[in-house]
Amino acid sequence: MSDAALTTTQGAPRFYLADEHEHEEGGSTALGFWIYLMSDCLIFAILFATFGVLGGSYAAGPSPKDLFDLPLVALNTSMLLLSSITYGFAMLAMQRGRTGQLQAWLAVTGLFGLAFLSIELYEFAHMIHEGATPQRSAFLSSFFTLVGTHGLHVTFGLIWLVTLMVQVKRRGLIAANQRRLACLSMFWHFLDVIWIGVFTFVYLMGMLR
Amino acid sequence: MSDNAPVLHAVFGRLTLDSLPLNEPIVVGTFIVVALGGLAVFGAITYFKLWGYLWREWFTSVDHKKIGIMYMVLGIIMLLRGFADAIMMRLQQSIAFGGSQGYLDSHHYDQIFTAHGVIMIFFVAMPLVTGLMNLIVPLQIGARDVSFPFLNNFSFWMTAAGAVIVMMSLFIGEFARTGWLAYPPLSNIGYSPDVGVDYYIWALQVAGVGTLLSGVNLICTIVKMRAPGMTMMKMPVFTWTALCTNVLIVAAFPVLTAVLALLTLDRYVGTNFFTNDFGGNPMMYVNLIWIWGHPEVYILILPVFGIFSEVTATFSRKRLFGYTSMVYATVVITVLSYLVWLHHFFTMGSGASVNSFFGITTMIISIPTGAKMFNWLFTMYRGRIRFELPMMWTMAFMLTFVIGGMTGVLLAVPPADFVLHNSLFLIAHFHNVIIGGVLFGLFAGINYWFPKAFGFKLDPFWGKLSFWFWVVGFYFAFMPLYVLGLMGVTRRLRVFDDPALQIWFVIAAFGAVLIAFGILFFLIQLAVSIRRRESLRDTTGDPWDGRTLEWATSSPPPDYNFAFTPVVYDNDAWWDMKHRGYTRPQTGFKPILMPRNTGTGVILAGLSIALAFGLIWYIWWLAAVSFVGLLAVAIGHTFNYARDFRIPAEAILATETARTRLLAAEVTK
Repeated sequence: MSDAALTTTQGAPRFYLADEHEHEEGGSTALGFWIYLMSDCLIFAILFATFGVLGGSYAAGPSPKDLFDLPLVALNTSMLLLSSITYGFAMLAMQRGRTGQLQAWLAVTGLFGLAFLSIELYEFAHMIHEGATPQRSAFLSSFFTLVGTHGLHVTFGLIWLVTLMVQVKRRGLIAANQRRLACLSMFWHFLDVIWIGVFTFVYLMGMLR
Repeated sequence: MSDNAPVLHAVFGRLTLDSLPLNEPIVVGTFIVVALGGLAVFGAITYFKLWGYLWREWFTSVDHKKIGIMYMVLGIIMLLRGFADAIMMRLQQSIAFGGSQGYLDSHHYDQIFTAHGVIMIFFVAMPLVTGLMNLIVPLQIGARDVSFPFLNNFSFWMTAAGAVIVMMSLFIGEFARTGWLAYPPLSNIGYSPDVGVDYYIWALQVAGVGTLLSGVNLICTIVKMRAPGMTMMKMPVFTWTALCTNVLIVAAFPVLTAVLALLTLDRYVGTNFFTNDFGGNPMMYVNLIWIWGHPEVYILILPVFGIFSEVTATFSRKRLFGYTSMVYATVVITVLSYLVWLHHFFTMGSGASVNSFFGITTMIISIPTGAKMFNWLFTMYRGRIRFELPMMWTMAFMLTFVIGGMTGVLLAVPPADFVLHNSLFLIAHFHNVIIGGVLFGLFAGINYWFPKAFGFKLDPFWGKLSFWFWVVGFYFAFMPLYVLGLMGVTRRLRVFDDPALQIWFVIAAFGAVLIAFGILFFLIQLAVSIRRRESLRDTTGDPWDGRTLEWATSSPPPDYNFAFTPVVYDNDAWWDMKHRGYTRPQTGFKPILMPRNTGTGVILAGLSIALAFGLIWYIWWLAAVSFVGLLAVAIGHTFNYARDFRIPAEAILATETARTRLLAAEVTK
């Protein structure tokens, strides 16, 4: 669309575009995905708020100090942060059009994500084994729900990642695939941001309680 | 409910033959009527060989106009169910006096008032509002479809799936007996061990997915797909209100999703979010659900304010008075709607300071709303008002809504609320604003845009009958409730002791009967209009001498809406075009890229119903299978890259030439 189409050429204004422009396919995707992410962010906001309210309700059960193993959580955090960096490398490879490099970095990202999930599941299993189950107290209910919802997101992110690797392999770096990779990129970094919140408010501040 | 043997339990979960309400004659009767009606419809569709047509042209359609119409059909069907619940309650309350138990036991009655609220809000008002936005917004902004056409189809089917789940609860098991917001601890597993609350939860979760995605979709559409020249402050007011509403949807529905998920965990896993022991806090549920719930009522009313703005300007033949203030009022209401939720539970004991804050913010909302009211009045002032149906509904709204608004301000005063809380005064208030606001507005919108959607106007005679029965019926049905509420009668009661109260309930029941006729006449209006469609035909595309871009298209618009993208110079773009020498282009058409139909939305929604059913009845294998199915179909859909097709230029030329002929015939007539 050119400005010329908007201005009046002598006499009657032009009320339509004669030289048709098409809305670029997927032109709204980035915006739409951002809005979706913000709505997802609200779900986490509610879970954080719930943890804020119930985080001190131990019901005479274990408290964060009894349960949290900060070195393990630090390791876990580093897995997720590293996976964000490697996803960034994948996006750089995508922009350079190097499919092989892209796939490799995606695979590395997936492995880091998997490591994160494994450590999280180990932590959960350990807590449950010690009797700190989600049913034990409101604190533990809100802890498991907040952290677990994040983990569930990572799981879906991994499924998505594998799907995209297959699609890139089949179709190459066509525009649609690039758009999808960019969306997953936003999703992945978003989960990282959420995790930083979890790490700070749940684990670090939990130890200070 | 008897338990299944272990083997049967693995297959059927907690679903047994006893789950079917065979010993409740009212439910069985309803089931027979619904089954016969369903069979008749099914048979008719099969007999006339319409399944293929429906599947190809409607169910799988990604055309925003058809999806909008399907939303409207869903809303109107569910209105019948919701109203059946309403009139049953009115009847019960008008006869259960002097030792009489009425005709409904408490088990049944409690389900009815819960179902009534849930259905009216989620499956009547929401689909009707979303349907109108879907139908009109792309046309008003000069777009050919929404940003994500497939997502639009999927959203509709998820909403429909939620409605199906609610309807299933009528015949298989039972619905919640908790009131429409299912407060714990009553809704928790200890006090509601049956499937009712689970039906409630999963119906809302499934429908909520659709609502949220359609919100994202419409925001993107409005932000990204406006015609050139249409700056934000040149958007039609309905589009503005639609934008604000969808922002509210995206910012509010995740809260509902989250809080219902927490309740689900309490019920299924045994967590302690809203329990009375182990540190849980039921009051948190009340806070969280109203953080969604209050914006929700503005989600319903804002688009309707937009409808009234369009109608008032069109039928007063004047530019809308105070466009800018209208937009700002809408935005202010959008923001304020997040700062008032606590007024739903002043009596919970948050303390004087907190109550004062929320009381004041609530009262402040009446300022932008009042500004809107005056804008409509000043638009009418010295206008050439045509008393067509949309305008009549608008004027009934203005009178009725002001009463509801004033009782709302009364309730916003915390000390007064301590007296009126949970009373029938509150019931009268919110029906006053929802019927007098949302519903009247929807009828205005339906009468206004029907010719755009179908190509012929609605019959005014039956429409006026429906109008008068609705409006008069409303006053008869709800004014007595104000009186009763002031006398201290609380909501959700099934039987009464004081015989002096009975007359008011009888008057209210009479009002409900009038409304029943209002609904009946509306249905007759639809039927009569379809039969007389030739004489009601709108060949111009602009039957009301409209002002906004949707009236620039033919009625109904072609699949591609606009052969050429319009260029906008003025708020009232079409009015501007008509008065500054716009001529319809008749040649030079180019092929248009349009999205392809797909059945994926229907399949995903069907699987969601199966998933919900499995979860409700603890049929874990069904839940697992349908969940895996959902994932597989969703992922499979992403492997389909060929989503578009081109409408060839010749086809567009043929369509547009046909319209040129119609318009020419109109001129010579």
